[in-house]
Amino acid sequence: MTDLNKLTIAEAREGLRKKEYSATELTQAFLKAIEASNAALNAYVLPTPELALKQAKESDKRLKAGEARPLEGLPLGNKDLFCTFGQRTTACSRILDDFQPTYESTVGANLWNAGAVMLGKLNCDEFAMGSSNETSAFGPVVNPWRRKGKDGKRQSDKLVPGGSSGGSSAAVAADLCLAATATDTGGSIRQPAALTGTVGIKPTYGRCSRWGIVAFASSLDQAGPLAKTVRDAAIMLKAMASHDPKDSTSVDTPVPDYEVALGRGVKGLRVGVPKEYRVEGMSPEIEKLWAEGIAWLRAAGASIHDISLPHTKYALPAYYIVAPAEASSNLARYDGVRYGLRVPGKDLIDTYEATRGAGFGPEVRRRILIGTYVLSAGYYDAYYLKAQKVRTLIKRDFDEAWKSVDVVLTPTTPTPAFAFGEKLGDPIAMYLEDIFTVTVNMAGLPGISVPAGLSTEGTPLGLQLIGKPFDEATLFRAAQAIEDAAGRISVPERWWEGIKTSAPAKPAAAKKKSGSKKK
Amino acid sequence: MQVDEATVRRIARLARIKITEAEAKGLVKELSGILNWVEQLDEVDTSAIEPMTRVVPIELKKREDVVNDGEIANDIVKNAPMVEDHFFVVPKVVE
Repeated sequence: MTDLNKLTIAEAREGLRKKEYSATELTQAFLKAIEASNAALNAYVLPTPELALKQAKESDKRLKAGEARPLEGLPLGNKDLFCTFGQRTTACSRILDDFQPTYESTVGANLWNAGAVMLGKLNCDEFAMGSSNETSAFGPVVNPWRRKGKDGKRQSDKLVPGGSSGGSSAAVAADLCLAATATDTGGSIRQPAALTGTVGIKPTYGRCSRWGIVAFASSLDQAGPLAKTVRDAAIMLKAMASHDPKDSTSVDTPVPDYEVALGRGVKGLRVGVPKEYRVEGMSPEIEKLWAEGIAWLRAAGASIHDISLPHTKYALPAYYIVAPAEASSNLARYDGVRYGLRVPGKDLIDTYEATRGAGFGPEVRRRILIGTYVLSAGYYDAYYLKAQKVRTLIKRDFDEAWKSVDVVLTPTTPTPAFAFGEKLGDPIAMYLEDIFTVTVNMAGLPGISVPAGLSTEGTPLGLQLIGKPFDEATLFRAAQAIEDAAGRISVPERWWEGIKTSAPAKPAAAKKKSGSKKK
Repeated sequence: MQVDEATVRRIARLARIKITEAEAKGLVKELSGILNWVEQLDEVDTSAIEPMTRVVPIELKKREDVVNDGEIANDIVKNAPMVEDHFFVVPKVVE
C-alpha cells in the first residue's frame, strides 16, 4: 500500500473497517512521511513514533475484535499548546523548557479515548501569539504551497503557513497527519486553514474544554480541528467537544452528530453578507472569491441578504486590549520556580526578571507589556473596561443579524499566504491578518474557514462562515456546499519530500538547563 | 498615547521582565504605535453599555466544597528547576 498518508479521515476510517490495511500500517505511512518531510517543513517539534505505534497496536486489537471506537487507529497531530501526559509540551516557548505534563488536556484525552493515534506535537507561534508561525522558539514552519511565477513554475520563496496553528495547517496540507488539533484566539485556526487550503473550525466558546491547553487569553481561546475536508472537520469536532466540569466555561449542551448535518444541503438557508467586511484596499481576487461563494450558495438553494455589522472595525483594536491583558495575567505563572526555565539572578525578583527576559520571545514580551500597561493603576477603565463594552456592541451586531439570517459569509483573510519576514517588522500589519476572523472570537461565535479557490499566485484562499452560538451543524452544512462547488484543493508539487539540508527542528526550547535539579 | 522610556521601564518592572537599553528604546516606539492605534475605540460611545463578561448566558457552575483531589506532591514538583523534598527552592528572600 502506498500513499496511505494522502487519505482523508473518512477514507481511512473506511479502509480500517474493511481491513484493507492495519492501523499500524497506516501509522507507519505517516511516520515515514514525517521523517521524509519534517526537515523541510518544520511542522512537528516533537514526533512521538513510539507512542503512535503503541496506540496503533491497541487499535489493531480493537479493530480485530470488532470493538472499534469512533476514531480507531486514525493518526493525528497535536498542537504543542495541548498538554500531553509525559510528552514534552512547550507552547513553542523557551520558557517552558522541557516541561513534561503529568496530565493530558481534556480535548486530547477525548481524541485518544476515541481511539485516535498521536503522531507528535506540532509547531505553533510562541504561546499562540502570531499569525505566521514565525514567533516559535523552534523556528518558522514552511507552507507546503509555493507561489507560481510568471513562467508558470513554482518559486522557491518560502511562504508562511499562517498562525498561530501553522504546524497544524502545514502538516495537514502536506499529508503528515490525517487531521490536527489547533486553537483559535483571534483567528489561529481559520487563518492558517485559509493559507494552506485546509478546513478549520473554531467552535462556539464553551464547546470544547480549555482544560490542559496552555492559556493565552481565557475569554477568547477555543480548541478546534484543522482537516483536509469539511467531513473530516465534522468528525474531529464531534470527538473533541465535550462538557467538562474542569473548565467552568465549558457548556453543558449536547454535541450533535455533525456528519449527519453535512447531507442536509442549504436549500432555504439565509446567508448574510456584511458590507463592513468590504474593507479598503481589499485585493480584487478576494472580492472575486467572495462573489463566487455567494453565487455557489445561491445556486445550491440558499438566499442571500445584505446585512450590517456596524462595529466590525473596532473588533481588532478591542482585541489588542483584551487579549494582551488576559495574556499578561495568564503568563504571570512562568516565574522560573515551579516549572520550566530558570535563569538565576542575584535575588528572587532578579531571578524572575532574568528568567522571563530570557524565556519569552519579542512578540510575547510586547503583548505582556501592553497587557500590563492597560491593566495598570488608572488605566483599567480607559482600556480594558472600554474594550469589554465594545465587545458587547460587537456581539449585539450579530444578535441583530441573527433575526434575519442563519449564517454570515465573509472572506477568511485579506490576502493569500505571504513570504517569510514580510510582516515581521510591523506588529500592526501582522495584526491586520486577523481583521476578518477576530470579531468571531470577540462575540464567542463559531466560525469555519473552507478552501474556495486559488490566488493569482496559485496559492489557496478561504471563505469564512460565521454561525449562531452552538450552531456548528449549520456551518458544516454551508461549508459542505462551498466545498462541493469549489472542489478540494491540494498542493500540486510535493517538493518538500526527502530534503535533508534545510533547517532541522532544533529543540531550541529544550536547550541547556539552568540551575541544578535535585530529586 | 505616547509612552516614554521611563514608562516602558516601569511596565517591564511590573511585568517582571528584564529588558536591555536597546530593547527599551525599541519598545517605546512599538508600544506607542499600538496604543495610538487602539485609541480609535474612543470614537465609540459606550456610556450606556455594560461590559461583556460572558459570551453565552450560563450560570457559573458550582460544586460541593469538598476535597476532590490531592496527594500528588510528586507530580507538582516534577517539573521544577530546583527542588528539595517536596519544596520549591528559590533564592533567599528574608535576611
